[in-house]
Amino acid sequence: MRAPSLRRRLVGQLIVLSAGLAIALYVAVRLGAERASEATLDGILGAATSTIAEELRSVEGGAELDLSPGTFSMLAAMGEERIFHRIDINGLPVTGYADLPLPPRAPTALQPVFYDAEYRDADLRLVAVARSLMIENRAAPVLVIVGQTREGQRAIALGLANRAAALGLAVFLFAIPFSLLSARTLLRPIGRLAEAVGRRGGHDLRPVRHPAPAELAPLVDQLNAFIARLRQTLAQTETFIAEAAHHIRTPLATLRSEAEMALRQAGDEPTRTRLRGMIRATEESARSANQLLDHATVLFRADQKAQDRVDLGAMARALADRFRPTADLKDMEIRLSLPEERLETSGDAVLIEAALRNLIDNALKYSPADSTVEISLVDDLGYARIEVTDRGRGLGGETQAALAQRFRRGPNVGGVVGSGLGLTIVSETATAMGGRFALAEREEGGTCATLWFPRSR
Amino acid sequence: MRYALVSALALILSVAQAWGFETEAERHFGPEGAPQIRVLATTDIAFFAPVAEAFLAENPGLGIQYLQASSQSVSQAVDAEGAAFDLVISTAMDLQMKLANDGFAGALPPDIVQRLPGWARWRDRLVSIALEPVVLLIAEAALNGQPPPRSRRDLIALLRDHPETFAGRIGTYDPRISGAGYLFLTQDARMSDSIWRLAEVMGRLDARLYCCSGEVIAGLISGDLVVGYNVLGSYAAANLPEGSGVLVVPMEDFTITLQRTALIPVNAPDPEGGAALLRFILSDAGQDIQAQVTGGSVMRPESFASQPWLMPIRLDPGLLSTLDSMTRDRFLAEWTAALDQP
Repeated sequence: MRAPSLRRRLVGQLIVLSAGLAIALYVAVRLGAERASEATLDGILGAATSTIAEELRSVEGGAELDLSPGTFSMLAAMGEERIFHRIDINGLPVTGYADLPLPPRAPTALQPVFYDAEYRDADLRLVAVARSLMIENRAAPVLVIVGQTREGQRAIALGLANRAAALGLAVFLFAIPFSLLSARTLLRPIGRLAEAVGRRGGHDLRPVRHPAPAELAPLVDQLNAFIARLRQTLAQTETFIAEAAHHIRTPLATLRSEAEMALRQAGDEPTRTRLRGMIRATEESARSANQLLDHATVLFRADQKAQDRVDLGAMARALADRFRPTADLKDMEIRLSLPEERLETSGDAVLIEAALRNLIDNALKYSPADSTVEISLVDDLGYARIEVTDRGRGLGGETQAALAQRFRRGPNVGGVVGSGLGLTIVSETATAMGGRFALAEREEGGTCATLWFPRSR
Repeated sequence: MRYALVSALALILSVAQAWGFETEAERHFGPEGAPQIRVLATTDIAFFAPVAEAFLAENPGLGIQYLQASSQSVSQAVDAEGAAFDLVISTAMDLQMKLANDGFAGALPPDIVQRLPGWARWRDRLVSIALEPVVLLIAEAALNGQPPPRSRRDLIALLRDHPETFAGRIGTYDPRISGAGYLFLTQDARMSDSIWRLAEVMGRLDARLYCCSGEVIAGLISGDLVVGYNVLGSYAAANLPEGSGVLVVPMEDFTITLQRTALIPVNAPDPEGGAALLRFILSDAGQDIQAQVTGGSVMRPESFASQPWLMPIRLDPGLLSTLDSMTRDRFLAEWTAALDQP
């Protein structure tokens, strides 16, 4: 299971945060607006009701009231509210709506009671005010109740809250692209670092020097420490191989010269045959050790990126001369075809030489006696092309890519000894020098190996 | 034939008995058997008929059942009786406001409410369909060539100076039985104290009290009366014949201007029909017909600018205060005391 994406987590958290803010804004504005307007309207309602209570006068035989239209108009002004009133004297309703709900507790003369009730399909805010009136020489308790609907207030509070909610929603909607953008900006250095590391060649083990934000510095440090360990391990392995090859090669050479001397001195045929076999085995072992050493060299030197100027024609000629004695043993001819001009490439001369040597060695090794190996060098559209052709047994149906793998040999090697490292060395060298390597079977039999190196100017 | 007559009679009787309140007149418009829009109003049938006919000309499939009653009866019918009507029209703004405040009026369609200015509606429950100035009527013969009084002060002086001309010949509403009369008087009292002096003068001259504008106008036409105080201008314009010698005088100290209001009860059987009729009444065509019938008593806000003495009665719950029973008792007692001189 993969850990959740950083970007998704960041965006999610930002969105949740802004949604929370939008909701909080809506609730706060709605509650605030309702509470503020309720307090104001309660004040007006209380004052109006007290005024009505004060307008009650005692007259002969009862009480008299002159309700002022202005008071009612004022109560109804905001949002055109509905108004209900009720006046009780001695606990009995005398005017107004006799069934208007009574307050939950009795108000005192100084303390009006505010309450909510439902009446005639309307939610009312009511206030009850108490006073007493002298009626027929006795103090009579008077209760004045006035109720109003608060639809206008609620509509205004709701409108305010809706506007706040719209603002919150706008913030929320803005937060989505903004958080995507900021997530991308924040995560961009990680992508750049990954890209920089990914662009390196397979053998590039230099430490990462890409600029990274402070938060990524520990990652880069750990990566560099890891690369350093890897490099050291690789270097040790290659040194070990090279040392091992070298240590094997020297005793093998001694063994071979001893065996050759024994062969010259030996008289009986069975011993001579055995000694010849021994010499051949020693030869193959030495070749394998050489190739192992070559391969280790290729791996090591490819990293060094040496830029020597290499005269390919001179190198081909020198190699042909060096292989001629071997070829003579099999009555084979090495034919050189070189251009007039100098064809140069820039790169590691040791590697290029190792690649060419392996190709020529292969051609000689897998060709029948009394045949010809041709080495040609031509200019091919800015590249120097070297072809080594033989009349040998071909590739045996294997592809070039398969043969270029380490320790992989074709099915038709027959009794010829080999390590399976030769073509690997060639292929890796061509890649390291910025060139190319191709291997093809010739129609008339045999193999054609082609190497391209960029020409230097 | 006889059977048909009997059944028709029975139908009339049953209809008459169906109402638990007092009605003044009843009329059907439109074809027999068509779906009926039921209208309860204080407006005279003669005023409503042209509007109804124009509406039915546009809506041939409909009929209108029109019931005319006093403003008190109209209010009582909707309030206490819960009678089923699709449109209720009344000149008693206070009673209409009480019906709306108490929850008997249903919500009107938004297209009707939104077109009206704020002063011509209360919430989405009650809308004004006409503006009607309340005027003074005076017989030219009683003036003896003097100019007609322009204010209540002039009127008081005129009545005081010529008791022989005016004694027993002044007509006005009886606020104890007429809702509109009570409304006009309370609004008069709200505007100015001169109404109390006028009441004293009218009491001394044995003013006669009537239930309705129509009877005061009839008295002036017949010559029994020479002054009609607080008469609906629209009735005067419609009922006074040419050359009757009666002047319609708007009082320039202030002229109470009534809003004739309409509501659709919550229990209306066909609120859509009521709304359609109301929409027609408020349309330009409907207003023009009303203007022709009543002589200009339509909803034209420009008239407030050209006639600054027009004081529209505010359509808000302030109207409810004078309906309070204690307030009403005190007001009527005071008015009766002013009128009944020892």
